[in-house]
Amino acid sequence: MPWSIRGCAMLRSRWRSPTLIWGAGLIALLAFSALAAPVLAPYDPNEQLDPPAGSYRRPGTSLAAVHLEDGSWRLAERARRTPEGLTIERLGAVETLPASRVVNLTPGGVADRRVYLLGSDRFGRDLLSRILHGARVSLAVGLISAILALTLGVAVGSAAALGGRVADAVIMRGVDALLAFPWLFLMIALAAFFRPDPAVVVALLGGTAWMGISRLTRAEILSLRNREFVVAARAMGQHPLATLWRHLLPNAFTPVLIQTTLLIGNLILLESSLSFLGLGIQPPTPSWGNLMSEGQAVLLQAWWIATFPGAALAVTVIAFNLLADGLRDALDPRQARQDGDAGGATLPAP
Amino acid sequence: MLGFLLRRLAASLLLLLLVLTFTFFFLRLIPGDPAHIFEGQRLTLEQQQRLRQIYGLDRPLPLQYLTWISSVAKWDWGTSLSQQRPVSTVLGEAVPATAILAMAALVVEYFLALLLGIASALRRGSALDHGIRIVTLLFFSLPLFWVGLMVVLLFSYVWPVLPASHMHSVDADLMSPAGRLLDLARHLFLPALVMGIGTAGGTARFLRASLIEVMSQDYIRAARAKGLSERRVVWVHGLRNAIVPVIQVFAIQLPVLLSGALIVEVVFSWPGLGQLTFLAISTRDYPLILGAVALSATLVILGNLLADILHALVDPRVRDA
Repeated sequence: MPWSIRGCAMLRSRWRSPTLIWGAGLIALLAFSALAAPVLAPYDPNEQLDPPAGSYRRPGTSLAAVHLEDGSWRLAERARRTPEGLTIERLGAVETLPASRVVNLTPGGVADRRVYLLGSDRFGRDLLSRILHGARVSLAVGLISAILALTLGVAVGSAAALGGRVADAVIMRGVDALLAFPWLFLMIALAAFFRPDPAVVVALLGGTAWMGISRLTRAEILSLRNREFVVAARAMGQHPLATLWRHLLPNAFTPVLIQTTLLIGNLILLESSLSFLGLGIQPPTPSWGNLMSEGQAVLLQAWWIATFPGAALAVTVIAFNLLADGLRDALDPRQARQDGDAGGATLPAP
Repeated sequence: MLGFLLRRLAASLLLLLLVLTFTFFFLRLIPGDPAHIFEGQRLTLEQQQRLRQIYGLDRPLPLQYLTWISSVAKWDWGTSLSQQRPVSTVLGEAVPATAILAMAALVVEYFLALLLGIASALRRGSALDHGIRIVTLLFFSLPLFWVGLMVVLLFSYVWPVLPASHMHSVDADLMSPAGRLLDLARHLFLPALVMGIGTAGGTARFLRASLIEVMSQDYIRAARAKGLSERRVVWVHGLRNAIVPVIQVFAIQLPVLLSGALIVEVVFSWPGLGQLTFLAISTRDYPLILGAVALSATLVILGNLLADILHALVDPRVRDA
């Protein structure tokens, strides 16, 4: 077999690793459900339907939805057409509504139903719809803050690597100090004083997560700096910033990309932790973290409220970490070989 | 060794001063001061002004900073607004609980990490290795607070064999000392397990990579050539060298450990530093928040210092660097 074809086959087989496929597949699925949430979600995530009767319904509950002429809805376990009108069983009580008051009356009773596939919360809101809409918030916050961290990290790392010995020492000592800082405590303190809106949360997350990227960028640039193609570019009189942009950063791209993938998962996790503590995204905007925070208060009465958003969060973080693992194997065989066949030293950023 | 110690100590003190200063000014940048925070009690402007005078908030910021840092140097952290007791007393009461939890979590973490890390490094590329890779990925991917909630749900509802919240039983004061210790251990088990699992995955992977790297070195070949048993080669020559980078990771993990304690303590109602911080924030207890942030920063810096010293003990080359 000619060399080039065999090379191609090897390349393709590297891309066929199960971790990569599972990670990318899950993320594609999550991104699709987040983008299509308004279409996929069965109900409006903030619609509060008949609170006492719609509250804390178990997953899979299906209720008859009675539309009254004043525009409000009643949810009933059972609704029967009777000569007097509509007889409904609601919260254990039987009551009869005159036919003139019911808008959606049919010969058999009412045809509309409200189905809580994953249960409902305190206000009769549909948990599935809230989780789907929460995915938009959680994924967007994770992605945007990761891009912010990537930008800051690459800028600081490049400055340290190319700025000379003194700048390097000062910057990297500073980065070490920032790495040693218990950020969650400070973030919590900050979030407690600023009423946090999503932009503040993104700024806090991105602004405190770039240190790992900057260390990595610096290390990569230092190892590339004396390679022939870089020296040649410099010798031809290329501006250092142009060298950085055309030669150094593209070649440092792979490990930084992998680190950023890990970071997205971690930042989504961190956003949820903050929101869980009541300090990130504020209700009524649903995010997985604040859904779980609502669920914690009623954990023993309504287990589904904390369980399902957490499961969605767990799957998301697992997906990003699988993708990072798979990308490392596929793009960075040097590193993969060093670690053995089954992955290794990529630590999640603290 | 003494010179190394002194140098590291001086650097740590400097870093601590920087962190404290940073925290002070960072928190002061936030709009709203303690007097303003009392607005919930509907104070008049004059009353707010008087409060500012009492707390010294009407003086210029640099002067406030000097007053604060000099009283901190005398170990006076001010008075907690919500508890009306010295901040140092309130914090001091919470530290042992967090320390116990963190120690137990570290035991869980390193037990799992050594087990998984060594097994996967020695059986590299095997089905076991791939399995462990998935397990470690799950460990560091799963949200701590979710796992915590699921554990609480399981153990307080479905299968109540272990207590899933608080540090002591209600009747702990009536128990014998041994009974009280057992009671504490029973309460400690679940939060420590959840917290330890959270960090074990990353450490196991790091140890695996480190051990694989070490096992390909010449001195391992030399040790084998001398005819040492494989067990001795792995445990004495391999592991001792592989553990060095893990010690450095330990220092990096300290903030993670403290953050983890914060979340686990809130989920399991564990009366430690994390829960205290959380409560301080919900009551806007300004001096207590400042004290808690400063204390956690201090712990992290101390941890880094300790890691450096341990590193120097294991690896003599560091001392002269």
